[in-house]
Amino acid sequence: MENNNENSRRKFLNNGLKIGAATAIGSVVLANLASKLTAQEDSAATDTMELMTTDGTIIQVDSASVIEAAPKHEHEEAYNVREGMPNRKFVMVVDLAKCKNALKCQVSCNKNHYITGDNAWLKVYKMQESKETAPYWMPTLCQHCDQPACVTVCPVDATFKRRDGLVLIDNERCIGCRFCMAACPYSTRVFNWSEPNQGEITMTMDMEGKSAYSPEHTGFPSIKGTVDKCDFCPHSIAEGELPHCVTACPNGVFYFGDKYEDTVTNGDETFRFSQLLKNKAGYRIMEGLGTEPSVYYLPPTDRLVDFEEGLEHFTEFQSVEKPE
Amino acid sequence: MNKYDTLLNDLAPKKFGKKGVIWTSFLIVIIIIGIIAYIDQLIKGQVVTNMRDYALWGIYISNFVFFVATSFVGAVAVAILRLTNNAWRTPIVRIAEIITFAAIAMAGVTIMIDMARPDRLLNLFIHARIQSPITWDVIIIPTFLAISALLLYFPLLPDFAILKNHYKETNPTASKWYGKLSLNWKGSKAQKAIQTKSIKIIAILILPVALILQTIDAWLFSSTYRIGWDSTNFAPYFISGAFVAGVGALITVICVVRKVKKLENYITEFHFDKLGKLLVLACLVYLYFNINEYLMPLFTAKKGEMTHLDTLFTGHYSFLFWMVTIGGLIIPIIVLLFKKGRQPKAMFVIGLIVVLASWWKRYIIVTPTLLHPFLPIQGVPESWHHYFPSLHEWLITSATLAAALLIITLLVRFVPVIPIQRTADEQELLETEKNTKS
Repeated sequence: MENNNENSRRKFLNNGLKIGAATAIGSVVLANLASKLTAQEDSAATDTMELMTTDGTIIQVDSASVIEAAPKHEHEEAYNVREGMPNRKFVMVVDLAKCKNALKCQVSCNKNHYITGDNAWLKVYKMQESKETAPYWMPTLCQHCDQPACVTVCPVDATFKRRDGLVLIDNERCIGCRFCMAACPYSTRVFNWSEPNQGEITMTMDMEGKSAYSPEHTGFPSIKGTVDKCDFCPHSIAEGELPHCVTACPNGVFYFGDKYEDTVTNGDETFRFSQLLKNKAGYRIMEGLGTEPSVYYLPPTDRLVDFEEGLEHFTEFQSVEKPE
Repeated sequence: MNKYDTLLNDLAPKKFGKKGVIWTSFLIVIIIIGIIAYIDQLIKGQVVTNMRDYALWGIYISNFVFFVATSFVGAVAVAILRLTNNAWRTPIVRIAEIITFAAIAMAGVTIMIDMARPDRLLNLFIHARIQSPITWDVIIIPTFLAISALLLYFPLLPDFAILKNHYKETNPTASKWYGKLSLNWKGSKAQKAIQTKSIKIIAILILPVALILQTIDAWLFSSTYRIGWDSTNFAPYFISGAFVAGVGALITVICVVRKVKKLENYITEFHFDKLGKLLVLACLVYLYFNINEYLMPLFTAKKGEMTHLDTLFTGHYSFLFWMVTIGGLIIPIIVLLFKKGRQPKAMFVIGLIVVLASWWKRYIIVTPTLLHPFLPIQGVPESWHHYFPSLHEWLITSATLAAALLIITLLVRFVPVIPIQRTADEQELLETEKNTKS
């Protein structure tokens, strides 16, 4: 009895497996056949497509297997100013070898942010580390640190760090304690000591009869008793444009881009961000402090123009031109 | 009973004399001028100060630090002397508590004067972020204010009850108010038990709270990268500095109150001797931390550190630095080490110098550091490279100092500066001891 039983079980298992395998193979074959039949119809119209992968190589793909992705409706979700633009990480590279203190960046920044104070947000420092080392021009703006000292000390969350890398200020919340200014090692923060006399923009706003304030366009308007600084121009990025300093620079000093896309551009040339830093030994200022800035610098080597040429525009005591 | 009457007559609050009226009106005038200046600052913005983007904090902040430091005296006099069973503290504790209360109240006001948007004060609560040292300040200052108010008030209950009876016929209104303030104090056993227990809890509580207050005050600075502030030594340095400022203020106020209220029999040279020794101790500890803070960085001589120290030792702030260090620290130590130096008159002068030096000390802690940022100061008007307070700042700051003095003056006027009940009890105890011995 026992033997019989065992035999019948083996038989059953054996058969079962065979049937199972046959059905599996059969279904695959059928599916293949079916897909081939349908594909033949499509490939009669087009054959292959060239596409670029995320690492930059060009590949050929059977156009039949290319399916149009459903558009992501990111914009339909409420845009959060404190979260920033999704899946972006903005960076800047400043090529010190090209800077000759033309100051067009500063003028453009001052104009487009309606700066009326005495301290520009973008400054070109005349630098010289020691007597023997070469002098150079160093444009400095908010470094949009990933470990921002200013954000840590703000008591009311008026200055905040976004996912897209930007450090911005909510001027409608700032209490004017200036702790962030004391905390910032790069001295990039500027205070509205008095009512900013911004003439034209107050007039536009009066005409439109609305408060146009957004942390994404600092200086529009500036608010008395609060802190301002470079905002990396998210208002330009949103319109598909580069920040004002980048477009204004005649020497292509500033490269702006997205770290996730690994590209930076100064408008004329576009580079792979990581490759550019690698080739030209990019660095960040005061790396030792651990603030992790988003602004990178390329050392002032092989300069096209003499440092002295920049002296023509250098003003020790002025960074914002006053209307006469 | 006769002895008790003289005690009561000596210690009960008296009306202002002519000098008192002039002094009080003088303070009120300064405060009014300060308020006018402050309103002007509100209207025009902080452009009326000489603070700018580099010297972004000025005397409002250093004055705030001074007030916070001075408020430390309550903790020292009350808690430390109490916990160490120093019986000589009796006639000075109340003055110390009054100074503490006035100083911390004005510290709170001063920090708000520095805020450019006081209209957004509530944001500190609505949007509070716990990682900011300012939020810690927002928590600790009201806490300390409440504790120091209670520490002043609880021991006053029996005295208010005494004053209620004392003024029953001569001044019914005053009697009524003292009666209300005494919370129906009868001196029963149960009341005394509650009072003693409450005072004990608060006296112990004020010590950690005061230490935390001074520490947070130091962390306001040392939580930044700035050279001269970025120091792990800063909190104990501030605590010891507060010890000096507080005891200095206490000695000065005691000298004046003693003279005006003719309390020579109660606050004797013995007390001055003790206070003098306390101040020497404070100064020596502070000197130690000063050496840590200013001498040790010389050895590594980092570039930024050297620029900072140069401005203090030989540069723009050297006069103030040496005045504060030698005049406010070394000379007091030398003078007070001698018994003759611990006489009331000498002590008054020393106390005054110590208080003045303490104020300027905060000024040179705050200002020079801000004028030496990591990147060079460029592209701003020449005047932004320096800082000296504007007229508005002086007027407003003077008003805060006057307000602190006014609070002290009014409390000294209406509250018995020397605990009546306690002094009576102690004298009685002394009498019985004498009787039993003889």
